Amino acid sequence: MSIATPNPAATTTVTRDIGRLQEAVPGAIVAAEPSGLVIAPDRLVEVGSFLRDDPALLYDYLSMVTSVDYPDRFELVYYLYSMVRHAGPIVLKVQADKADPVVPSLVPVWAGADLQEREVYDMMGVRFSGHPNLKRLLMWDGFAGFPLRKDYREPFFEEPAKPFASRWPEGKYVRAEERAPYKDNVQYPAGFDPQSYTPPPDVPIVPSSEMEGLKTQPLVVNMGPQHPSTHGVFRMRAVLDGERVLALEPIIGYMHRNHEKIGERTPYMGIIPYTDRLDYITSMTNNLAYVLTVEKLLGIKPPERAEYIRVIMSELTRLVNHFVLIGFLFNDLGTFFTPALYGLEERELILDLFEMASGSRMMCNYMRFGGVAQDLPDGFIERARELTQDRLPKILDQFEVYLNSNEIFQMRSIGVGVLPPAAAINYSITGPMLRASGVKYDIRRAEPYSIYDRFDFDIPVGTNGDVYDRYVVRLAEMRQSGRILEQALAQIPAGEIQAGKKAWSVRPPKGEAYARIEGPKGELGFYVVSDGSATPYRYHIRPPSLVNLTPLGEMCQGYKVADTVVIFGSIDITLGEVDR
Amino acid sequence: MYGTGIIKGMWVTLRHLIDTYLVDGRRFPRRYNKEVLALEQSPQARGIFTVQYPDERLPKPERFRYFPFLLLDTQKGELRCTACGICAKVCPPQCIWITRAKTPEGKPQPKPAEFTIDLSVCMGCGLCAEFCPFDSIKMDHNYEISTRERLQTLLYDKEKLTRPDTYYAEGWPIAWAEEEATRRKK
Repeated sequence: MSIATPNPAATTTVTRDIGRLQEAVPGAIVAAEPSGLVIAPDRLVEVGSFLRDDPALLYDYLSMVTSVDYPDRFELVYYLYSMVRHAGPIVLKVQADKADPVVPSLVPVWAGADLQEREVYDMMGVRFSGHPNLKRLLMWDGFAGFPLRKDYREPFFEEPAKPFASRWPEGKYVRAEERAPYKDNVQYPAGFDPQSYTPPPDVPIVPSSEMEGLKTQPLVVNMGPQHPSTHGVFRMRAVLDGERVLALEPIIGYMHRNHEKIGERTPYMGIIPYTDRLDYITSMTNNLAYVLTVEKLLGIKPPERAEYIRVIMSELTRLVNHFVLIGFLFNDLGTFFTPALYGLEERELILDLFEMASGSRMMCNYMRFGGVAQDLPDGFIERARELTQDRLPKILDQFEVYLNSNEIFQMRSIGVGVLPPAAAINYSITGPMLRASGVKYDIRRAEPYSIYDRFDFDIPVGTNGDVYDRYVVRLAEMRQSGRILEQALAQIPAGEIQAGKKAWSVRPPKGEAYARIEGPKGELGFYVVSDGSATPYRYHIRPPSLVNLTPLGEMCQGYKVADTVVIFGSIDITLGEVDR
Repeated sequence: MYGTGIIKGMWVTLRHLIDTYLVDGRRFPRRYNKEVLALEQSPQARGIFTVQYPDERLPKPERFRYFPFLLLDTQKGELRCTACGICAKVCPPQCIWITRAKTPEGKPQPKPAEFTIDLSVCMGCGLCAEFCPFDSIKMDHNYEISTRERLQTLLYDKEKLTRPDTYYAEGWPIAWAEEEATRRKK
């Protein structure tokens, strides 16, 4: 079953494009289901290249790769959009054998598939033939089993779905450690000995041409996982020639908590507070993206006032995120904490608003299916207006005077970490980082969700795609957020904030849905497969932080070690979302 | 001229520094006073607006939520809770345990015999309070509950969770008035 896209014109475009695909690559489509085209595995790369390169189609952007573990098969799901034509999505599906799942890799066509395919391999055990660097991404190398398969039992497993029977009725308190029949459930592969274990070899170290004839060799340096520049537990494995980076690889998974598995055993409503903890700086937009996905499944729309509240909260979140990012980018540059604290001051004032409305500064848990949790309190609109119309422009001017023309900043950032537009699209980069590379693509415009089609705002783009542009684009975006907020705060109508009756348990009809929003960091998407029960069958997040990390190695090549810190900082990631 | 960008930037930090002292002047002769604190936490704030916790505390909006508590109906002298168990079912980390009370003959009664919340597991999302049909579980404002031991002291039983409804009426006047109005309508 499919969920109708809100825009009928977009649907007809996609239908026409599928017709063209069927003509050009005959026999590749095994079945055309409403939820996606099932492609023969051996034709996948051919179909992908055609969709990307055909001048009439130009589906140049691979948005999401994931897999679903059905009882009889693994199903790989690919969401394709066209950044040039603002068309999409075309959904490709490939079915893989349950016993030995192998699927051709799409990395040769879209470099952005790299980390996402590695994640599928790690969590679901589907191998990708032709992937250049297929190793585990989030779990450690000696780990046995694939955590997102349905037969995997996580530590302290009690039951497949909540609410657990041990709590109610007649529940007696037992400590978590004693409660679970499976206990901590740590498994090792047969014959595994942690003492003698050696990890698989890393990418070979190739000396640079300049090193020829010298008595020297490349040096491998691990930055992280505990390093002040990594904003969390993140490791960069850098191969150095002196100060120069020859190769660099991001290594993640230190904060992995199997969020998707937790989601698959939690009722739909209970997932909302967990989404707060993904990217803990932007909890409101995380809530929104998830709620939009389930609303697509349920087929409901929130009332007008709730839509306006959602837009106001999203734009305030964007301001929060960009203030934090700009602040900490300068920390990475060595301006230790002065800009960061100027940014945090503004963030505190916005968090006061979140606290007024939702009760919590960071873990807001504010959006609900078909509405929001509570109406805005008295005085919220006035205070928000005062903050965003009177104070914000002055603060942004001050930031511009303070930082834009600073010569040290310019020397450190202009021409550093350049990502050309074509490469950015191929790497599935989204958000301010993509726009800094000069690609004018914003989901609020390309595929308006909520009520973003009603507001008048510009999409700032950069020209060079370097660190400086990423900073400038974000600053300009904050001004546009201020414009959207001005309109939304003026137009917000009175009325209901919840469509229908708010229920603590929802059971969406069978089907699947993917909803994406322009999060502050990039495209944040949720993919939910419902089997009609109270918990999702498959719950997947397309995290902008993780996908934007894909080109880190390439962007850092040839720069100094100190520059990698800045390049990494300009990507804007939160480890809570990268590792999930 | 080379270096003007830096000088312009330094001017911004200098202004911040001066502002900080100007604002601090308002705190004379009384260092901690509520009016200055409210002004420093408003969109008119200038300079640095750090709060000297615990000598002064940020004002909490009414909706601020920390951990849950149970409401005691002071007129009837019993808990409002009917042991329906919705809070235990909706709780995402499943930190609520309820045992329903029984008459000596073994007939279930609409009140809890035991009500336990493991605050070391609770994430403070507030879904229990939001979906309680009897307004009997609410989110507390008190955030100073740190302890030296995790397993026993953060395990709150019925006695530790209970607060009289006068406490709620005092700390949450808007919500209390709204709930009273809907109750009277019924």
